[in-house]
Amino acid sequence: MIEVDGLRYSIAGRMIFDGLSLRVPRGKITAFMGPSGTGKTTLLRLITGQIRPAAGRILVDGQEVATLTRPALFALRRRMGMLFQNSALLTDYTVFENVAFPLREHTRLPERLVRTVVLTKLHTVGLRGAARLMPSELSGGMARRVALARAMVLDPDLLLYDEPFSGLDPISMGMVLRLIRANNDVLGVTSVVVSHDVEEISRIADYCYVVSGGKIIGAGTPVELQQSDSPLVRQFMSGEADGPVPFHYPARPYREELLDGGA
Amino acid sequence: MAARSRGTLRQVVRRLGDGVRKLGAVMYFLAGMLRAMPYAVRRPALVWRQVHNAGVLSLVIIMTSGFFVGMVIGLQGYDAFSRLRQEDLLGAGAALTLLKELGPVVTALLFAGRAGTALTAEIGLMRATDQLSAMEVMAIDPMGRIAVPRFLGGVVSVPLLTAVFNSVGILGAYFVGVQLMGVDNGAFWSQMQEYVETGDVWEGVLKSIVFGITASLVAVFEGYTSERTAEGVGLATTRTVVVTSVLVLILDYMITAFLL
Repeated sequence: MIEVDGLRYSIAGRMIFDGLSLRVPRGKITAFMGPSGTGKTTLLRLITGQIRPAAGRILVDGQEVATLTRPALFALRRRMGMLFQNSALLTDYTVFENVAFPLREHTRLPERLVRTVVLTKLHTVGLRGAARLMPSELSGGMARRVALARAMVLDPDLLLYDEPFSGLDPISMGMVLRLIRANNDVLGVTSVVVSHDVEEISRIADYCYVVSGGKIIGAGTPVELQQSDSPLVRQFMSGEADGPVPFHYPARPYREELLDGGA
Repeated sequence: MAARSRGTLRQVVRRLGDGVRKLGAVMYFLAGMLRAMPYAVRRPALVWRQVHNAGVLSLVIIMTSGFFVGMVIGLQGYDAFSRLRQEDLLGAGAALTLLKELGPVVTALLFAGRAGTALTAEIGLMRATDQLSAMEVMAIDPMGRIAVPRFLGGVVSVPLLTAVFNSVGILGAYFVGVQLMGVDNGAFWSQMQEYVETGDVWEGVLKSIVFGITASLVAVFEGYTSERTAEGVGLATTRTVVVTSVLVLILDYMITAFLL
């Protein structure tokens, strides 16, 4: 479904991806894991064509995203859904209107059918009863589920999840996990999940990539990654505070800095 | 000394470069809005909603300010004309001042302060909370859905608000001049009819349209390109007021010089 070859991308002179290559198979849940700041969200923005790579190519369903015309890119995006880290609900609209938004924009369905589809999706995420609420009245977990209903409303072939578990309580996290798995099992959706929550991701992902320093440092099923020989992958998978990725941000020696009196 | 001059020169060149870059960015943004214009034109309800937000909700401040500005013109005009024993000209003087200058300029400045800042903050927050990115990914052009309706809403509102400001301002001048200072009622209106020409009205209309485009473009551009932080949105909001105010005053001089 997605092929990335030799991807290079930098922000303000800082290299984010340096020759990244990977594959996302159709109908599977593929996870991108890595420490914060490794460009996981940037990768999703590149896949959806919001930004263009400096070099390399990204193919989504055989189409090179960076070279598509705007109408062709929009046609491709209509087959994608994305769950944003902060939900990105439209704050002026009710929960119902948020979920109905893509339907009203891209289809000419009669209002009765729009209502049926929206309520069905909201029922799937357990929030049919919250249809009349405004986003400001929702908890973080509820907002994430509404955003998921909105991402699913056009029945996309590809669903992208940006840190779907961050900031959620265990119950909400369990719900989101179950929904991601169900989307994949029941609807056959190809899913890309970007996260640093190793334990949660390991429960649902079919295949994982661990990204660090602009490159893939490990790839495999969650079980394979747990047994990896790479110290970097092991540090990440077991959540050790220090290791190849140092605990301390680069700085002068501690003693020297304390004794020089701020000179 | 030479080093300091070189430093100053470098700074001036850098500032000029920044200015040219910003102008280029505004032109690029304007081109993007023109491209997205058909989307908004096909959805007039989006534009009318913004006319309500930017225009109708500004009515109270516009009418209040217009009335007081008119009253001040009434007082100052009466004082000036009475020295020449020409108090009857107060109506004409107030109307010309409001229609040609104060109406369009003060309305544009008030619009920038009330509606312009609201537009910038709204769009900036939408950007900071990924609402614009979410639309992009949903294959909905945020330029057409968010920027263009707000821009058109402002462009439509400013000339209408200017007309309201002028009307209320003239009533303010009438209240002070005729009701309080005793200028003759018939003379007030007849001198206005005598001296105000259609060209004067059109000058004000032209200015209000140009100021409406300027104020709306600055507000929408600043919001759309603001930094994705609370501080970034705050700075963009401030820039909206400052840039609009300066541009309106410069353009006002240029249009006046061109038309006179």
